[in-house]
Amino acid sequence: MLKYIIKKIIFTCIVLVGAATCAFLLLHAIPGDTAEALAGPQATVEDVDNLRRAMELDQPLGKQYISYMGNLLHGDLGYSYRTNKPVMDILKSAWPATLQLAVCSMIVAVLLGVPIGIFAAIHRGKAGDTIAMIAAFLGVSMPSFWLALLLIIEFSVNHNWFPFYGREGISSFVLPSLTLGLGVAANIARLTRTSMLEVLGQDYIRTAKGKGVKSGKIIWVHALRNAAVPVVTIIGLQFGVLLGGQVVTETVFSWPGIGRMIVDALNTRDLQIVQGGILILAATFTIINLITDLVYALLDPRIRYS
Amino acid sequence: MSTFRKIMRNPSAVVGLCILLLLVVVSIAGPFLVESPYEQNTAVKLMPPSAEHWFGTDDFGRDVFSRIVTGAHYSLLAGFISVILGLTGGLLLGAFAGFYGGLLDQILMTVCDILLAFPSVLLAMAIVMVMEPGIYTPMVAVGISSIPVFARLVRAQFMSLRESCFVEAVRSAGAGDLRIIFRHLLPNSIGPIIIQATLRIGSSILLAATLSFLGLGAQPPTPEWGAMLSAARNYVWTASYLALIPGIAITITVVAVNLIGDALRDYLDPRTRNM
Repeated sequence: MLKYIIKKIIFTCIVLVGAATCAFLLLHAIPGDTAEALAGPQATVEDVDNLRRAMELDQPLGKQYISYMGNLLHGDLGYSYRTNKPVMDILKSAWPATLQLAVCSMIVAVLLGVPIGIFAAIHRGKAGDTIAMIAAFLGVSMPSFWLALLLIIEFSVNHNWFPFYGREGISSFVLPSLTLGLGVAANIARLTRTSMLEVLGQDYIRTAKGKGVKSGKIIWVHALRNAAVPVVTIIGLQFGVLLGGQVVTETVFSWPGIGRMIVDALNTRDLQIVQGGILILAATFTIINLITDLVYALLDPRIRYS
Repeated sequence: MSTFRKIMRNPSAVVGLCILLLLVVVSIAGPFLVESPYEQNTAVKLMPPSAEHWFGTDDFGRDVFSRIVTGAHYSLLAGFISVILGLTGGLLLGAFAGFYGGLLDQILMTVCDILLAFPSVLLAMAIVMVMEPGIYTPMVAVGISSIPVFARLVRAQFMSLRESCFVEAVRSAGAGDLRIIFRHLLPNSIGPIIIQATLRIGSSILLAATLSFLGLGAQPPTPEWGAMLSAARNYVWTASYLALIPGIAITITVVAVNLIGDALRDYLDPRTRNM
């Protein structure tokens, strides 16, 4: 197991360095002269040159890259082009909002997705299964930003039950968490159903039934424990979907997280924040994937010996 | 019985294909049958659905039905073009990585893993940033962002087949690498690739619409459904139908391709057929 963990950690480090390199190249691949854009239309050639020198943009790309990676190791993501504040500080202030929303959404997704999937598997072929799977199918086919607008219309505009913007109080979590969580719940429900059906067809379940074990115990103890392995994996992978989906959800609900910050920065061309935000979310996704792999290996010994 | 007929025995496939064909017909013929989606008439702005304007009018008095009909081809193109791009790129990378293995495989797959570290929305946003903005930009961005997904799948298929007896046989008969890759390995591994491509069309439509919704794709006044939903955000209090109709249109389109994708998967993957 230790060998497997070390191998996975090394692989994660390579991916993180690669992601940081991509983020660096991204900023340099964007068309236009950054110094000229920041200096504004009134700036003289000398002003632009001074700014370029101050930002070290006149240095060769290799040198800029080494400097960027060195700074990154010290937690320095540069400075916002617009406010001149450290990008790390700006992202740190937005990080709790993003994390809280991701966790709340995942709770919604697991609490809805797993029981619906189990229910559909137990009632396979019956009306309950069909209804649950049609709902899950619609869930994966529906744009999350549309779901957000529907929830706003129903619960904010028509009933005034929950606020539709900002992050103040528990009630402000409801609509964004539902928006993000329902789509993920649909994926989890579909996979839980498939996984449960596979397990319910196994010989040991038939044996348990033959021995007269109660159906509740068969489902919750024998079947679910074995069906949980792929479900845990999909939950980990769906965290990445959540992080990506947060860009949209945070924008719709004016949620003060990293996702909305990236979109706002894109509109104001504050590329240093875009770069930092994308990198932080990618790093989070990579680390969650690492944790998922390790949990998966812990649950299923075949993985770590393969 | 032909493969097509066998797939069409699944009711989901029939429903999906009928909806998709209807959407294709609407996207081709529709723009010639409806009034201009750009024609403004402020005298009738924000009118709810009526006999005259089936889906109502927007804030510029434009007919929403005309805009939905004219916008259909953007969504369909987004789905198909991005998947063709992603599939072509992924097929080439995955085929060579899977067939040759070794250092080439390691380098290509590490690059894919690095790109997969970015959630797809973020990767597509990053690609949009380095390209000229426009209606086709999201399609290209979504296509590029799906290359690693296809590359990984194709590589896995090729790796499982490259040591097979039939490959040994054609190699003994004097076939070159390219012939083995494209004439023998590819046709034998096409099933899962087709399933993934079909299922990817739906997610690509959603991703392209998401980029437009965020203002990174089609720009006003283009009648693209994601951009229309973005504009509708300002009118949820006064004209909520503006936020309903484009969303329904996107969902129906994605449902149609996902129904076909699921039916294909059920046909080609016997393990899921009876579930």
